[in-house]
Amino acid sequence: MLGNSLLLALREIRRNALRSFLTILGIVIGVAAVIVMVTLGQGATAQVRSQIQALGTNLLIVRPGQRMGPGMSSDAPRFSLADAAALRREVPALAAVAPAASAAMTAVAGNQNWSTSVTGTDNAYLAARSWTLAAGRPFTDSELRAGRAVCIIGASVRRELFGALDPVGQRLRLKKLSCEIVGLLEAKGQSSMGMDQDDLVLMPIRTLQRRIAGDQDVDVIYLSVRPGRSMDRTIADVERLLRERRHIGVLDDDDFTVRDMREIASMLAGTTTVLTSLLGAVASVSLLVGGIGIMNIMLVSVTERTREIGIRLAIGAREREVLMQFLVEAVVLSSFGGLLGILLALGAALLLAGALKVPFILDGGIIALAFLFSAAVGILFGWVPARRAARLDPIEALRHE
Amino acid sequence: MDAGAASGQPPGSGALIELRGVTKVYGRGSAAMHALRGIDLDIAAGEMVAVMGPSGSGKSTAMNILGCLDAPTSGTYRFRGLDVGGLSRDQRALLRRHALGFVFQGFNLLARTTALENVELPLIYQRVSGPDRRRRAVEALAAVGLTAWARHTPAELSGGQQQRVAIARALVTDPAVILADEPTGNLDTARSREIMDLLCAMNRERGITVVMITHEPDMAAYARRVVHFLDGLVAGAAGE
Repeated sequence: MLGNSLLLALREIRRNALRSFLTILGIVIGVAAVIVMVTLGQGATAQVRSQIQALGTNLLIVRPGQRMGPGMSSDAPRFSLADAAALRREVPALAAVAPAASAAMTAVAGNQNWSTSVTGTDNAYLAARSWTLAAGRPFTDSELRAGRAVCIIGASVRRELFGALDPVGQRLRLKKLSCEIVGLLEAKGQSSMGMDQDDLVLMPIRTLQRRIAGDQDVDVIYLSVRPGRSMDRTIADVERLLRERRHIGVLDDDDFTVRDMREIASMLAGTTTVLTSLLGAVASVSLLVGGIGIMNIMLVSVTERTREIGIRLAIGAREREVLMQFLVEAVVLSSFGGLLGILLALGAALLLAGALKVPFILDGGIIALAFLFSAAVGILFGWVPARRAARLDPIEALRHE
Repeated sequence: MDAGAASGQPPGSGALIELRGVTKVYGRGSAAMHALRGIDLDIAAGEMVAVMGPSGSGKSTAMNILGCLDAPTSGTYRFRGLDVGGLSRDQRALLRRHALGFVFQGFNLLARTTALENVELPLIYQRVSGPDRRRRAVEALAAVGLTAWARHTPAELSGGQQQRVAIARALVTDPAVILADEPTGNLDTARSREIMDLLCAMNRERGITVVMITHEPDMAAYARRVVHFLDGLVAGAAGE
């Protein structure tokens, strides 16, 4: 009986091919939209995750002051180089300890200038923040200790000041200081928060402190944890040490924050996931519209075939058999729409992923779900017309024109 | 065509169809329309009965009740001793499926469907398997002389041919009764005679009981018994 219903349904749909196609258009678009949104969203999430991986998820960022939002700090006392040295000494789980202080200023070379951010730090910064050198060398110990006027620049700074020339050995001026460029950083591109990671200049922190800033402040300490060590244990050790050094009482709150990259990673991933779900939900609305389209056409179809239904009832079709016949038709219609939507989505997602430079990740789960959803829409919205057909009075139906 | 009894009682005993005090009322109160006012009718297996009467006499209503398409307002309808009034809609559908065949004035074939598929339709609902179904449908079409037209759709068939397909469809389940509502109403004289000959042959050769509504005395003459309806009641009977 089911096989027969399927054949009948296919025949009926083919009979009104154009009408059937227009009917399922809503479902096609809905399914396609859902799949494209979710696929691109998942690609974006994966991209964010891998960028953060590249940063190193065993990275800890210690700043003075309580959490106040991005880039803001209260008037808690800054760190000092001695704090960094203490951390290096007393927390063996740390692989790298990089104190850093930054200032924004204009870099001048020849008749080019470029406003950028200068960070005073040491070589541990390169390890902690997963930087590699494209050319030149890191700072020497004596340069770090003496605070020499040397610097390492990022790819964007090089591009703005020197074009395609090799910057190593060249000089650039920061405020009153003239530095020699000893190294060039490998390009990293845009961060997941849209900032240009290659727009920076590194110099020994003592150089920044003595020759530019004029103080002993350390704005932030970057820490990387040795692989295999417990992150939570290490964070606790760091906090304990700093509380001691900053003379914070047992009952008082920290006057510094230790930010864990894992938090940021999951927060960012969480955000993109929420966005993806939201987009998917919006696209699902289109599926509902498609369902209404099916219900509409099925109602028309039942009216058109009233005589036929009367004949079937007279011959001995039971209510549930007539119901099945029309329900199957609705489900075949909507499933077909789902199938077309999936094909459309795969094509569109491939194109868009390439255009948006987002990785194309095919999730079999969402495709299966979208297909099942489209079939469900057929059952849901085919129900009312099918029931109407089944409940017809055969005598009335046979009299119908 | 032998002489028949004077009222709704058949020549033989063991009535296949038994209506007792059947009424049918549409609407309520002052707007009530009494289509049937209490009829008694017995039809034995193997009979060929013609039902005649002016429009509004209740003959179509009675046929609908006989065909289990409608239920009486009061009274009983026994088919092979079974009280049809107590059956559910589904059960009546099953009764129609297995024991009844219908022939309509307007043929009522499925459009855009071949003659063979039309004849197979009742067997599909009976869940008969594909090869068996085809064989029986082919046999039924042969019995009505339309073997060559099996693959034609109703649009490609004449009125007479369509009615023959309808008769083949009514036959294919080997029913106990064929109910025909003005089977020759849309046909010319020559075709009408063909159809009546066919119905008589089915009645004679296969023992299928035939109950048919007609308003033409020429057609009624093919039946062995004529039941007259008037104002919702059975008015005597005449046999020829």
